[in-house]
Amino acid sequence: MSAVISDPATASQSPTWHVASRLVHNRSFMIGAGLVLAIALLTLFAGWLAPFDPLRSSFRTRLRPPDATYWLGTDHFGRDILSRLLFGARISLTIGLLTALATGVAGTLIGATAGFFRPLDNPVMRLMDALMAFPAILLAIAVAAVLGASVPNVIIALAVATTPHTARIVRASVLIVREQEFVEAARALGATELRVLFRHVLPNALGPLIVRLTYVFATAILAEAALSFIGVGPPPPAPSFGSIIAQGRDFIAEAPWITIFPGFAIMVSVLGLNLLGDGLRDVLDPRMRT
Amino acid sequence: MTFETVIEARGVTKVFSTQRGLFRRRSVGARAVDGLNLTVRSGETLGLVGESGCGKSTTGRLLLRLIEPTAGSVLFNGRDLTELSTGELRSSRRQMQIIFQDPYGSLNPRMTIGDAIAEAYIIHGIGDRASRQRWVLEMLDLVRLPRSAVTRYPHEFSGGQRQRVGIARALALKPNFVVCDEAVSALDVSVQAQIINLLQDLQNELKLTYLFISHNLSVVRHISDRVAVMYLGRIVEIADVDALFTRPAHPYTQALLSAIPRSHPDEPRHRHPLTGDLPSALAIPKGCRFASRCPFVQNRCRTFDPPLDPTPDHSLVACHRAADGTLPAYSLNS
Repeated sequence: MSAVISDPATASQSPTWHVASRLVHNRSFMIGAGLVLAIALLTLFAGWLAPFDPLRSSFRTRLRPPDATYWLGTDHFGRDILSRLLFGARISLTIGLLTALATGVAGTLIGATAGFFRPLDNPVMRLMDALMAFPAILLAIAVAAVLGASVPNVIIALAVATTPHTARIVRASVLIVREQEFVEAARALGATELRVLFRHVLPNALGPLIVRLTYVFATAILAEAALSFIGVGPPPPAPSFGSIIAQGRDFIAEAPWITIFPGFAIMVSVLGLNLLGDGLRDVLDPRMRT
Repeated sequence: MTFETVIEARGVTKVFSTQRGLFRRRSVGARAVDGLNLTVRSGETLGLVGESGCGKSTTGRLLLRLIEPTAGSVLFNGRDLTELSTGELRSSRRQMQIIFQDPYGSLNPRMTIGDAIAEAYIIHGIGDRASRQRWVLEMLDLVRLPRSAVTRYPHEFSGGQRQRVGIARALALKPNFVVCDEAVSALDVSVQAQIINLLQDLQNELKLTYLFISHNLSVVRHISDRVAVMYLGRIVEIADVDALFTRPAHPYTQALLSAIPRSHPDEPRHRHPLTGDLPSALAIPKGCRFASRCPFVQNRCRTFDPPLDPTPDHSLVACHRAADGTLPAYSLNS
């Protein structure tokens, strides 16, 4: 809808602005956001920052421990771990981000349908329950195994595995918002059901979803590592956090740096995302505060 | 006397059914409104009073077809609302609106005041952007809010100011019938007075018809032309406001009036306080629904449901004993 009148002198705090100003004062959110931003920048500029080609192998430099040239050491093909990590973060974070987005879209569509159009609630949510009966990682493995190992397929697999829970969260908050008086007021004005859903119900129901998606993002990074580790992740030689660890598995005794540093990278990414999510939850959903 | 009728409910019934049991489903129905007949005359304020849970708010929503009646029909300016298609109903909403009780819950926290009011025009595709802007400002003037409110969000306003926004939104489409559902009950007493005055001014300016739902008898007495008393999903008495407050015909109305606090302890009062609770809407008693709590109950009351019959002074009452004049006289000092 159009902003009816814009007068800078009386410009006021929108709810979004209000939330943003509270987030700035939330320590957990700021630390998490700082970590995530740092990782994102490193990833974005991997091409400039990486000292070596992540795919260039050399027999003479294999299994070097960390030193002045190879800051984080090399793997059994002589590839620079730092360079592989910087480029690997691209794949891992892309998978995490796209999984979160895909889950967000699918979860919102399914959850809003179930919560808003009541006759569909039972069939849709029982289907989600059936999916939830499988452990998420097992479901992801099954989907990835059926579709074959590739980055898009890993994203699809993870999105399928994380959507049911997300749909539940959206449905629950849609159920709360749809009973509020401003929704009835919109109907009384003659608004169509779709207008009620998209202009009144969803904008007020998405707080918990945003929190959930930071968690999905972190989970997807971990799950990608797990899928790579058992061989259904993104195919080699392109690096991802999980595939670097998987390849370092056989040399863990003599070259622990191959597995330790990507493990650390996963930890920092997940920690950053979880702190970010905690901060968001505190601000967006005060009832959940512990 | 002839009156132009704006809205008329004929035998309107609403059963809220809940499913009980996981495998052996059985339906349990609460009859929130049970065969209600009611006419609202053009230009009047009809007060609707009753205890909590008697179906007042449900009645308001049924009249606007915000909820679907289980049975019965609602005639709005002669057209049966229950027969309208979704699209026809949507366009007829221009003429009937509702003002809600909770000024905090009735405004979308993510929409500016201007957008909330302008939505009425956008939904019905009225006017272009410029004229919508102008109308929104006119509505703000009408409800005595500063024009600067247009870009502000609900959380920046007090309860009374938000209620003014709710009124502006309801009146934006120039309706002729407005349901005020406990419209002042959530406000401070001083603010209540302001909003009531505003509602009365707007009624005169815009020739509005109100159904004023409230449990506050003093407010209803102040604002209404006629008052309907509701008990357990049905109207038990309708009368002009003065007649109802000075000569209540139904024992339930008498009991309600005796519960109004007096300003002085020596002031005369009619004492027969209500005992017991409202019977459950899940199991409405046979016969007169007030029989279980009526101090003047007779055997026939427990078997036969009294109809809403006219009395000599142009009011309607549903009571066997009031109808044949055997009810003890209502006096303030009994």
